[in-house]
Amino acid sequence: MPDFGYTITKDRQLDHDHGDFRYISLVRSFEPSLDLCIGCGSCSASCSAAGFTDFNIRKLHTIIRRGEVESVKTELKKCMFCGKCQLVCPRGVNLRNLIMAMNRAIELLG
Amino acid sequence: MKVEGKRLIWNDYQKEIAGDNYFYVRSCVRQNFFPGAEKTFLRYMKELGKDVFENPSHTTCSGIGYHSDIVPFETAMTMVARQFALMTEAGYRNFVTSCITSFGLYSEVLETWHHFPEIEEKIRVHLKNATGREFVKPENLAHASDVTFKLRKEISDAGKYRLVNHVTGAPIRVVEHIGCHYSRMFPSKGVGGAEYPYVLVGMIEEWGGEVIDYPERRHCCGFGFRQYLVKANRGYSISASKKKFDSMKPYKPELILTNCPGCPMFLDRWQYAISEMEGTTYGEGGQGIPVVTYEELAGLLLGYDPWDLGLQVHQVPVEPLLDKIGIPYDPEKKFLDKEGNSMGQPKSPTHLKFY
Repeated sequence: MPDFGYTITKDRQLDHDHGDFRYISLVRSFEPSLDLCIGCGSCSASCSAAGFTDFNIRKLHTIIRRGEVESVKTELKKCMFCGKCQLVCPRGVNLRNLIMAMNRAIELLG
Repeated sequence: MKVEGKRLIWNDYQKEIAGDNYFYVRSCVRQNFFPGAEKTFLRYMKELGKDVFENPSHTTCSGIGYHSDIVPFETAMTMVARQFALMTEAGYRNFVTSCITSFGLYSEVLETWHHFPEIEEKIRVHLKNATGREFVKPENLAHASDVTFKLRKEISDAGKYRLVNHVTGAPIRVVEHIGCHYSRMFPSKGVGGAEYPYVLVGMIEEWGGEVIDYPERRHCCGFGFRQYLVKANRGYSISASKKKFDSMKPYKPELILTNCPGCPMFLDRWQYAISEMEGTTYGEGGQGIPVVTYEELAGLLLGYDPWDLGLQVHQVPVEPLLDKIGIPYDPEKKFLDKEGNSMGQPKSPTHLKFY
């Protein structure tokens, strides 16, 4: 390929026709408190793992809601299960169980 | 395309377009991009008996510099005032621009002066001090595609060909693409408004083609000035065009029709670049989707020689379109100049089918 000096950027438009929404359905059934989330980001701000890695729990459940699960599979392994996110959550979302629920959904659906 | 709702919108955006006696200003870039387009406009206007005057001492409107954050608005307004002065000196009142960005800038300047008369007075002083010229504002400002839209029936009546497949009789499936500066800044200044501009749709319908609606129809072509002028930014430009191509491909368009300097350039050239980068082509059987301007299309339907229109400098070969409409052409003359000398032949692309 000739070197044009620039490249084509991958489109980041969300296309709900191509998303896989089986995962979020399962996660919701395993941990219904997810629906209480207001997306404030306190979980990510207090995250111990985020101090050492680029782990971002709010981003994770946003991604899984969008039906994009590929990046979630590797990201989940970075959680240290310290539970600080759960302590600071103003809506009482059971975030440790949410991580477990995501893991279980991935185990079941592949 | 479902047109019921669009017709209601189109009815709200009817603009007055002068019928004759035009002062024409060229684009600074189109003559390099598509060298036959402006000449073709002047040719069919003359054949239709219209008076079009152009003054060779007119300059760029400076819009390209203005939208690249290089030329300040005051300078741009003074440049525009000088063009109006040339029109005034020639005795014309109907101003017609070849370029969409010029049209947008002229509209912006006139609107600014309408709301802030003190700025107009200041610019008049600037122009007088710099050039000694004075001007009268145009009575009618139109883009050349507006004028062609107004004359679409006359062009159709005088035409040798229709925008239909001459073998099957099916209408040619056309994607229309309107330059952003045509009516997005001032919807009332464009035929049909900003959401569903009618200017090219009207030509396609009148000339026998079928307009294709597709999800990214109103997406920018990707030119965007700063996105292209800095080489490192061109990824933005080509990605925007690719988004449009990916969106239109399932609808199998046979032609892209444009009315802007940048849009035909990038919708044409980027098809080549994408094919070289990814091996993707968007037409049938490894072909691209031919891209033409409304002047070139009018010229083709009027029976002008495709090589006189400059179609050989398009990156995506137009021969598949010519074959479908049944327009004869001589492949041997494709790369010959007026004197019959070879202009040199470009290197064949790796993936895009070349003729």
